[in-house]
Amino acid sequence: MGLLSDPNRRRALISLLTRLNAPICVVCYMAGVAWFMGLAFEPFTLRTYMSENAMGSTMVEERFPAGERALGTGREFSAHKKKAGGMPVDWLVKTMQSRGLEVFTQRFSRRLPFPDEDKERYMVKGTNVYGILRAPRAPRTEALVLSAPCSPGDDNNQAVGVLLGLAQYFRNQVFWAKDIIFLVNEHDLIGMQAWLEGYHHTNTTGMDWSPLQGRGGSIQAALSLELSSDVVTSLDLVLEGLNGQLPNLDLANLFYAFCQKIGVLCTTQGKLQRNDWDSVSGYSHAVQTMMLMVMKQASGRPWGDHGLFLRYHIEAATIKGINSFRQYKTDATTIGRLLEGMYRKLNNLLERLHQSYFFYLMPSLSHFVSIGYYMPAFGLLALILLLRALDLWIQLATPPPRTEDGVADAEQMSSPGVLSVLTPLVISHLTGVALYTLPIHFQEIAVEHFPVSETEAVVLTAIAVYTAGLALPHNTHRLLTGRGTENGWKVLKLVAVLYLAVLLGCTALINFSLGFILALTLVPVAAFVTPDVPKALSAFIMVILSPACTLLFSVFLFQELQEMPVSFLDGWMLYLSVISQGILDHALYGSLVYPLVALLVYPCWLLFWNILFWK
Amino acid sequence: GCPKDDFQEELVIRPLHSGDIYASFQFRTLWETDFMRGNKVSHYRLFPKSLGQVISKFSVRELHISFTQGYWRTMQWGQPFLPSPPGAELWVWFQDSVTDVDGTWKELTNVLSGIFCASLNFIDSTNTVQPSASFKPLGIGNVTDHRFLRYATLPREIVCTENLTPWKKLLPCGSKAGLAVLLKSEKLFHSSFHSQAVHIRPVCQDWQCKTTSWELRQTLNVVFDLHTPGQGKLEWSLFKMFSRTLTEACPLASSSKIYIDITDDPQGEQFEVSPATHLLSQAMVLGDRRTFSVYDLTQQITFGTVRSLNLLIRWKSRDMLRPLLHAERYVAGYGLQTGEIHTLMYNNHPYRSFPVLLLDSVPWYLRLYIHTLTVTSKGKDNKPSYIHYQPSKDRVRPHLLEMLVQLPPNSVTEVTVQFERALLKWTEYTPDPNHGFYVGSSVISSLVPSIVAMDTNSTREQPLFSSFFPCKEESSYFMRVYTEPLLVNLPTPDFSMPYNVICLTCTVVAVGYGSLYNLLTRSFQIEEPSPGLAKRIANIIRKMRGVPPL
Repeated sequence: MGLLSDPNRRRALISLLTRLNAPICVVCYMAGVAWFMGLAFEPFTLRTYMSENAMGSTMVEERFPAGERALGTGREFSAHKKKAGGMPVDWLVKTMQSRGLEVFTQRFSRRLPFPDEDKERYMVKGTNVYGILRAPRAPRTEALVLSAPCSPGDDNNQAVGVLLGLAQYFRNQVFWAKDIIFLVNEHDLIGMQAWLEGYHHTNTTGMDWSPLQGRGGSIQAALSLELSSDVVTSLDLVLEGLNGQLPNLDLANLFYAFCQKIGVLCTTQGKLQRNDWDSVSGYSHAVQTMMLMVMKQASGRPWGDHGLFLRYHIEAATIKGINSFRQYKTDATTIGRLLEGMYRKLNNLLERLHQSYFFYLMPSLSHFVSIGYYMPAFGLLALILLLRALDLWIQLATPPPRTEDGVADAEQMSSPGVLSVLTPLVISHLTGVALYTLPIHFQEIAVEHFPVSETEAVVLTAIAVYTAGLALPHNTHRLLTGRGTENGWKVLKLVAVLYLAVLLGCTALINFSLGFILALTLVPVAAFVTPDVPKALSAFIMVILSPACTLLFSVFLFQELQEMPVSFLDGWMLYLSVISQGILDHALYGSLVYPLVALLVYPCWLLFWNILFWK
Repeated sequence: GCPKDDFQEELVIRPLHSGDIYASFQFRTLWETDFMRGNKVSHYRLFPKSLGQVISKFSVRELHISFTQGYWRTMQWGQPFLPSPPGAELWVWFQDSVTDVDGTWKELTNVLSGIFCASLNFIDSTNTVQPSASFKPLGIGNVTDHRFLRYATLPREIVCTENLTPWKKLLPCGSKAGLAVLLKSEKLFHSSFHSQAVHIRPVCQDWQCKTTSWELRQTLNVVFDLHTPGQGKLEWSLFKMFSRTLTEACPLASSSKIYIDITDDPQGEQFEVSPATHLLSQAMVLGDRRTFSVYDLTQQITFGTVRSLNLLIRWKSRDMLRPLLHAERYVAGYGLQTGEIHTLMYNNHPYRSFPVLLLDSVPWYLRLYIHTLTVTSKGKDNKPSYIHYQPSKDRVRPHLLEMLVQLPPNSVTEVTVQFERALLKWTEYTPDPNHGFYVGSSVISSLVPSIVAMDTNSTREQPLFSSFFPCKEESSYFMRVYTEPLLVNLPTPDFSMPYNVICLTCTVVAVGYGSLYNLLTRSFQIEEPSPGLAKRIANIIRKMRGVPPL
């Protein structure tokens, strides 16, 4: 800091930073992107390892024998499900009771803010059934959860079968130290939300549920099982939960360790890991896997039924059985043994999982990138904002060069009024509030006046408000001060740049992926926009880099990464449904991405839009 | 002459409706002696000397200690004969002659800790309370000033063989003869529930109550899990449960009996007991009239020709009556800042309401917001008729909340209170802070309306297990219910990297904060080197002339 205390050197440093500002920013951006892409390169990543001693050294033997019988139970379940036209509550209660569990049910109902066209539901009524296996001589203070969804159609019957088979097998074992809750939830996440809210007696989203009668104390870990075929080729591990929360990495390690031990193919993001990291295709495979994780995490939605557990500090993951056209098949007995092993190890836990990382990215199931490695990528992008802010600050602080006749430009010297900065801030935030509230509130009016469904109405209103925000007369400062002053936009831009830096910084701390994706597109906008750049071209670039278009590109990219490319029209339809899902996720589960984008990111982007049209 | 003493032993076996089986041992030693008033008691026969010395040294009037592994499942198993909370529970009434109750309590817990090989020495002022109403003396005596009462629980205490051995050593026959031969730890700890207790109290010698005796009751309750899916009839035998059979009674015992609860089978369809007995006994147990088959071990005929008794029962499990009173408790909310304790009390009586005393002792690190206390039944506010609340003091004493609540018939009463989780000092965390911190069970004491009107049989003939809690009102019986303990996570720092944290913090403070503060508060100016003498003189002259200085 002696560097800064010495006025001469400080002056030199400042002039260096102001003269080389643009090149430094470009270098930072490049470096940030390069750093991020490097994260998927295997030599730069760490191998996963089990941090929790209670799960590491104690080997367990898996002996679950009854895979075939479990599948039979699954078929029985499917028959009763068809007969009941939904959750076969009575049958499940009876079956669980006969397996020696304490069985309870929970009814719930929820009216969605607008119809969910993806899952075809609006008024949701359902029942969760859960059975508690009481651990002998345990005081009901700790529990583990195994859940399987009761899905419409023929999905996940096998999962329920395996769950019931495991319940029967577990009941006859003596080593349990924690209660085990076997939960069959109806209406996937909505049922899970109702159950978790009932268990913890909270109500964050205004759902109706009947109180739970039986509990097992504080839940330590949970797994959700999805299985739709009798044999599987691989098991996929889903980690991304609500708001981009991830379970402790040890849970993924546990899954990986048992897959290795039992010899089951395991994937994450549906991608097998490859050994040829030094080849281009191997590297691009790792990048794809990591990018998929980043996209899923950035979306902030729970990607499996486990996603809602994470809010309650319960480590949870979803295990999906995948049946593709591969030779090597795994039967239900093996899956049962895998789960048995995992539960026995979780049962051995003395403390909650806390030893390993909570913030990580996985370029493959055996490698991970911890927060310390990926944060610099974001830091390099955020540095651009700080450099631009410094540049602006110096420009504002140093008086303009005196003109020859020694008369300073009086108008430029006068600092712009508070109003000229405050007005655009308030207006853009009001637009954000409109974007947040109008779509749901105006759906009825929209449906009356236009030939659209409620869901379309909500999405189209959102897009309309978003577009209208661009057309608003932002340059109100002209009404106040006559014309836009030179310093006026600089002050506004300084405020906007710092605002964006804080906003992205906070976002990246909670949900790195979302922060990074937003930074990738918003930082260039923030860096280059001034009133003096060519209007039409800049406006076009800005719109391309706006949050809505980022989402559109993300949709296409996501499909591309999943190796399911879509045509533009399909992509557009997908885009519309993603918007409606985002709004629904917020209303149903309390996902924060939609309010974040509507109330903070979009207004922030509008400030830069405003600067572009300052003069 | 020698003071009279007497020893009785008893085992009650009750097949439970859930398919499990409940075995309850009781051993009672009565001694007509007086430990108090300076009497030096030195000759011990049946009464264990270690406990006798404890009574006289610490002027104990009543002592109740229980060690429990597991939670009694009231909804599946009905009522236990003697309830106890998970972990260790100790409550003691001292004589009113004791001046320093807290000091005596501290010493007593340490001594008991040694006697029972348990961590009772962890009982200190932060988990001890003085309940004002919930724990009345069970023996004779007229002192009810709760200054002489101390109550503490250790919900985390794990009970195992090392606690069972000293407990068995207190018996006159040890585990050599009598019912105690069944107490083999490898079987007792292979069960769903295990609880052992010691109760010491002064009781009347006769009905006139002119002199008092000391009563020591040792009880052991165990529930065995007999779950076998898809089987109609359940089968149980002494050997299957304890891997022992009985060959004799304890020679020192005046009475040694086994009772088998056959109430649920009046016609003999559900039950099959072999060898059969014609001795039947009826008793009022917890407000219900029960019928028992009795086996008297002091009679040689009981053991038959093989000189060994291996009772065998086959029965069908059925649905059961819901218990009239039961309770549960849980922590609501998420996050590590606040939370809410919910206590649910169920009154399943179809038409009678009854009052219950709720006792909650919450450690200081959960800071209760007592203004958020709500009591609701059937959606309406239920105002407690008595509330005794003692706020906690950080690191000194826990919260104590006692209240008397009327439970309406056929209802659930919910008591909620919010709390804030305190940040502990870093040395105060346990070695496994991420496991969570325990809050002991709340205690619900109540006079529950009896299902059957009280029987007027002579009290002498009653089995031991029915005569523990004194019952004055004939239409109701005393009952105590314990809720499950709570496991609460507190905000926990990452202990694995103190070095990194210290280094980082020091660096940030020293380099970052120091320099930044320096930069922000000081103004920097370029200082001209001080002018020479000639220049200074010239400036003085210029100043006098009114010309700007050089």
